[in-house]
Amino acid sequence: MTRRSRGHLAELENEAIWIIREVGAWFERPVILFSGGKDSIVLTWLARKAFHPAPIPFSLLHIDTGHNFPETIEFRDRFVRDLGLDLMVRFVQTSIDEGRVREEEGTNGSRNALQTVTLLDGLEELNADAALGGARRDEEKARAKERVFSHRNRFGQWDPRNQRPELWMLFNGRRQPGEHFRVFPLSNWTELDIWQYIQHQEIPVPALYLAHDREVVRRGGTLLARTEATGPWRPDDDVSVRRVRFRTVGDATCTGAFESDADTIEAIIRETGTARVTERGGRTDDRRSEAAMEDRKRAGYF
Amino acid sequence: MTTPLAPASEDTGPVPTSQVELLRFTTAGSVDDGKSTLIGRLLHDTRSIFEDQLEQVEGVSRRRGTGELDLALLTDGLRDEREQRITIDVAYRYFATPKRRFIIADTPGHLQYTRNMVTGASTAQLAVILIDASRGILTQSRRHAFISTLLGISHLVVAVNKMDLVGYRREVFHSIQAEFRNFAQGLEGVRTLSFVPISALKGDHVVERSRRMDWHEGPTLLELLEIAEAGTRRDRGAFRFPVQSVIRPNANFRGYAGTVVSGSIAAGDQIVVLPSGETTAIHSIETADGPLESAEAGLAVVLTTHHELDISRGDLISHAQDPPPVGSRLAGDLCWMDREPLEPGRTYLLLHATRQIQVRVDRIVHRVEIDSLGHEEADTLGLNEIGRVELSTAAPFAFDLYRTNPATGSFVLVDLRTNQTAGAGMIRRRLDTVRRVSPGAVWQEAAVPQAARESRNGHLAAVLWLTGISGAGKSSIARDLERLLFRRGIQTALLDGDRLRHGLSGDLGFSDSDRAENLRRSGEVARILFDHGAIVLAAFISPRRADRERVRGLIPPERFFEVHVHAPLEVARARDPKGLYRREREGAVGSLPGSRGLWEPPTAPELLIDTTRATPAEAARSIVVRLEEAGILPPDSAQHPRREPS
Repeated sequence: MTRRSRGHLAELENEAIWIIREVGAWFERPVILFSGGKDSIVLTWLARKAFHPAPIPFSLLHIDTGHNFPETIEFRDRFVRDLGLDLMVRFVQTSIDEGRVREEEGTNGSRNALQTVTLLDGLEELNADAALGGARRDEEKARAKERVFSHRNRFGQWDPRNQRPELWMLFNGRRQPGEHFRVFPLSNWTELDIWQYIQHQEIPVPALYLAHDREVVRRGGTLLARTEATGPWRPDDDVSVRRVRFRTVGDATCTGAFESDADTIEAIIRETGTARVTERGGRTDDRRSEAAMEDRKRAGYF
Repeated sequence: MTTPLAPASEDTGPVPTSQVELLRFTTAGSVDDGKSTLIGRLLHDTRSIFEDQLEQVEGVSRRRGTGELDLALLTDGLRDEREQRITIDVAYRYFATPKRRFIIADTPGHLQYTRNMVTGASTAQLAVILIDASRGILTQSRRHAFISTLLGISHLVVAVNKMDLVGYRREVFHSIQAEFRNFAQGLEGVRTLSFVPISALKGDHVVERSRRMDWHEGPTLLELLEIAEAGTRRDRGAFRFPVQSVIRPNANFRGYAGTVVSGSIAAGDQIVVLPSGETTAIHSIETADGPLESAEAGLAVVLTTHHELDISRGDLISHAQDPPPVGSRLAGDLCWMDREPLEPGRTYLLLHATRQIQVRVDRIVHRVEIDSLGHEEADTLGLNEIGRVELSTAAPFAFDLYRTNPATGSFVLVDLRTNQTAGAGMIRRRLDTVRRVSPGAVWQEAAVPQAARESRNGHLAAVLWLTGISGAGKSSIARDLERLLFRRGIQTALLDGDRLRHGLSGDLGFSDSDRAENLRRSGEVARILFDHGAIVLAAFISPRRADRERVRGLIPPERFFEVHVHAPLEVARARDPKGLYRREREGAVGSLPGSRGLWEPPTAPELLIDTTRATPAEAARSIVVRLEEAGILPPDSAQHPRREPS
């Protein structure tokens, strides 16, 4: 048994549960896109609440770039096991091996954009008609305009100029064969809400979010952690051990660490309340151009 | 940058707290009124913008050579918008102050995107109407105010922007304020109307007080947002629970998942399931956080019942004693959102709460001519047009009127060929319904329809509900008014609180519940007389707002006139026509409304009459004039009504 929320967190929780239950009613084979990051953790937590005492009637899908922090994967597997859920993992490496995508080259090469192909292949393989994601509208300008029930055509693409109006709490999930929906129950949450909710509900999160000492390298204005994916340090690398934490725990090649002493959830909330950099600001893939996110979303990204 | 980074509170920025209320508001204005700049300003000055976002905007502003920091770039999210420098889709923005959390629905101003305005307004509790001080009130400003009130937003904040372009002159602000106030009198359901002069570009009176407009003593825009009444829309009213799904993990548990959209429910309460009409009682209220004794509006729960009934998604659960009407014909206001125009007679899919049902538009009563807000005849509704329509559904379903319950009074229409969301509607009246149904009762359509009676009478039917404290002058006005109407050959009926208590309600006292029951009966009687084509004059103290709202819900909005007959308590006490105040002092009767008892004055009556300024005869004449203006009565000289009954 968990604790009951109050105030605006309760309102956000109730809204998300309504949306998740609507997904259960509108679609036959929904999946939750689960990365082991805090947003997908909260989303899964809410899905459990939405259908209690029945189990979550959705499966979980993780698109694995192969560039993970081992801590995230370890946490992911434990979380899923503890909640008794089914997790499917599809690998970007498979798409590369099958020649479906080509790896980006160069030292700033990232697999982030490649995920799109693996994701769409995975959804097709599972015959999924809805994919629930933990994305929030406060993350990025293009996301601020996306619907809660976001229609995708046969090619998995988003058409921002032809979105269905969404009014009151009425969602239109009607679709033609081959089309699917992305659904974002956390649309109206902010990063601060997520942390306050995690604290209030005592939801476990990967330790990477908390401040710890780590060997990092400064590349292009971003602090990167040393993992298998980032490869060995280069001779000219500016390497040092710093007290850092991560605001997102995705692809290790493009997820920046930043210096922080926040080693409890409470400290994170204090820090988030006064944060001066957006959480995606640590991600080099979003900064390539002003419209980087919109382009990836049109193509079928998360 | 034109102003320094200005913290909303102290240097540490907004204090994180989970106890803040949430206010959802919409911003509307014409093209170039500076909406995006205003929102950018709110985010910027409340320190809701992060350094990297700001750097990005600064970089782009520099490259464009606009000289100033272009705050609109913070919110214009899609590439097309950045290129055209306009907002083309509704965007949601988030910021917080130590007092409150805010969600802004930023909606575009140009004509072809009215549908986004309607979308943004559907979930908002307050609307900020932006007016360019250098251009004054435009058609679009009026349209936005109209759409906001159409969608049931009762709090309007008018922000007169670009004051820097008019030299911060107070006369400009005051003249716009006066003009808008005048216009707003024609809008329905406005509960608060506030004005603030601002410059979003320069930051005056948005978050920070401005020395350049020290003549304005009222709150800044942010202060208005922080103090606005919020979150009360759905707490009121009867219990409604649309069933989302059946939860059945094993043979021993069967529950119904959904959200309490209004009112509250407790274990043991008697409920009715609609449209089937089967009744049972609530056994338990389950949540993942443990069972509850009761659940109020907003809570997502799972209900279990004493008896296993055939309940499924799309059913609506209510208290057995307060069910919504069930019907298959209704009239509503419809905003058309699809490029393909509305085709009357064609089958669409209606989404209502959790129900899907096939529906047909039988006729378009009128289209709203949106510039003048007048009505015109129409055969169809095109993209971004709004009109009153009559609908028939394939099967009866349970619904409320939008003004009493937006969650169960709203619907969307889906085009079955394209699956597009084609229209959004608000239910204004039912056309064929039965309300509380006695077991076994069958509804009989009237042998002579109301419209036929109206046509013969030469005037429309209406209900005038006179409310006010004892001694305010309700009965005197009603009697004078009836004599006046009778002389003109008008079909009238007079319902008087005291007279009803000598018969129909002779078994009732003056407790809250007895007063409520008395008014329920009176309202039903008024409805029957109304259906028979009469102009019903009802004079009841009716101290409780909720009771009056319930009566209002029985009558189509354009036919119901709440008349607040007002006299100060000391005047009413001095008049004391029935000696009630004297008896209250002597303890011979209980507390009188407005004296020692509860009195909730109307917040937005159709008419307000101050009986210290007008005699009953003068008041009666002013009511007649109002009825003529509303088209209920023909002009004094004419013999026939000006328009067809709708």
